[in-house]
Amino acid sequence: MATPSSPYEEMMKGLWRDNPVFVQVLGMCPMLAVTNTAVNALAMGLATLFVLVGSSFLVSVMRSLIPKQVRISSYIIIIATFVTIIDYSLLAVFPKIHKELGAFIPLITANCLILGRQEAFASRNSVGYAVMDAIGMSVGFLFALLALGSVREILGEGALFGFNLFGPNFEPWIIMILPPGGFLTLGLILLFFNWITEKRKQAQIEYQLAEERAS
Amino acid sequence: MSAPVEIKEPSSFRLASTLAIAGLISGVAIVAVYEATLPTITHNKAEELKAAVFKVLPEVTEMRKYQYENNSLRFRTEEGSDDQTLYGGYSQQGAFVGYAIPSAGPGFQDTIGILYGYIPEQRKVVGMEILESRETPGLGDKIYKDLYFVSNFENLSIDPEIMVVKKGLRDEPHEVDAITGATISSKAVVRIINEGNQRWIHKIPTHGIPLPEQKGAE
Repeated sequence: MATPSSPYEEMMKGLWRDNPVFVQVLGMCPMLAVTNTAVNALAMGLATLFVLVGSSFLVSVMRSLIPKQVRISSYIIIIATFVTIIDYSLLAVFPKIHKELGAFIPLITANCLILGRQEAFASRNSVGYAVMDAIGMSVGFLFALLALGSVREILGEGALFGFNLFGPNFEPWIIMILPPGGFLTLGLILLFFNWITEKRKQAQIEYQLAEERAS
Repeated sequence: MSAPVEIKEPSSFRLASTLAIAGLISGVAIVAVYEATLPTITHNKAEELKAAVFKVLPEVTEMRKYQYENNSLRFRTEEGSDDQTLYGGYSQQGAFVGYAIPSAGPGFQDTIGILYGYIPEQRKVVGMEILESRETPGLGDKIYKDLYFVSNFENLSIDPEIMVVKKGLRDEPHEVDAITGATISSKAVVRIINEGNQRWIHKIPTHGIPLPEQKGAE
């Protein structure tokens, strides 16, 4: 990597500056599909965390053993194994959540966020960095899923994590738990994030200008 | 990030063996997890089914799996399920109460799997439970979330055939009030039950199969 950085920095970048959803716009399929309630979002985020951290660890450990020509297939085998493990574990321990998430657990295999981290980071860095990067990225992903899931559940069902918030007089916005609600919410959240980034940039430029003028 | 020294192509054998070893390790890991979780998963499924049978048939505390073969209904012991399977529910005294019939068919989005309770003596459906559904959240999922809709199936005559009517118009014993905004899902549920009836009603004895003696005395 170009600039030497600490593992801590590698972790923190996934949370905000390089947030996989809000900045890189990766992993949109689960992002839109399973965020109709906060619990589903949380389960999906944790499953992704397990898969990403596990695969990044293994890929980083074996990075010198895997020939370049077959690296993508090897990554996919590693990722798919972790996905299958979490799939069966969820089915055994939380059958209800597994039922809700359904096909989207196996589809974690095809989440470009995960393969992307292997190719761009884990295969080129030492184990410590790779794991920290994976943790940061998946926590950032979890945060984004939760943000979307909470907004959609609050507006769409008047509840959060299944707890009723507004009482019986609340008329749920059904559209929020349907697919269009996912697009709407994600669009608005992206708008909000870009607005913040823009404002920060603006502030930085003004600060620099002011400094120049002062000197 | 190119390696600084040798630019030597690894042999095809090396490539193939890397993938083979990765696949082998992966396979072993998956089999191990599968074996480890299988008992819990089977147990959960059986419990879920048992709970559903007890829910769709009133006052049932005992169930038996039946299978239809060679033109008669008999107890089935081995695991697994198919189209030719249904369940008999018995009261605490060991008396036959009714059948719990599984049936499935296309809904609005995907297959809806249903288990419903049927009492042959009264020719009535007495309860309905959705086992599997991917109906639209907020609309179609009312087929199991809307308790009023579910209660439609608690005392429902099957003669001449169960019919869906617009909400509020139900006045015959064989009619079901549709869910507003989820007519297709409501109709699908009724159609699946009707299909189950067509498949089973002429095959099942009115009084079921009596439990073996010692079981009833327990």
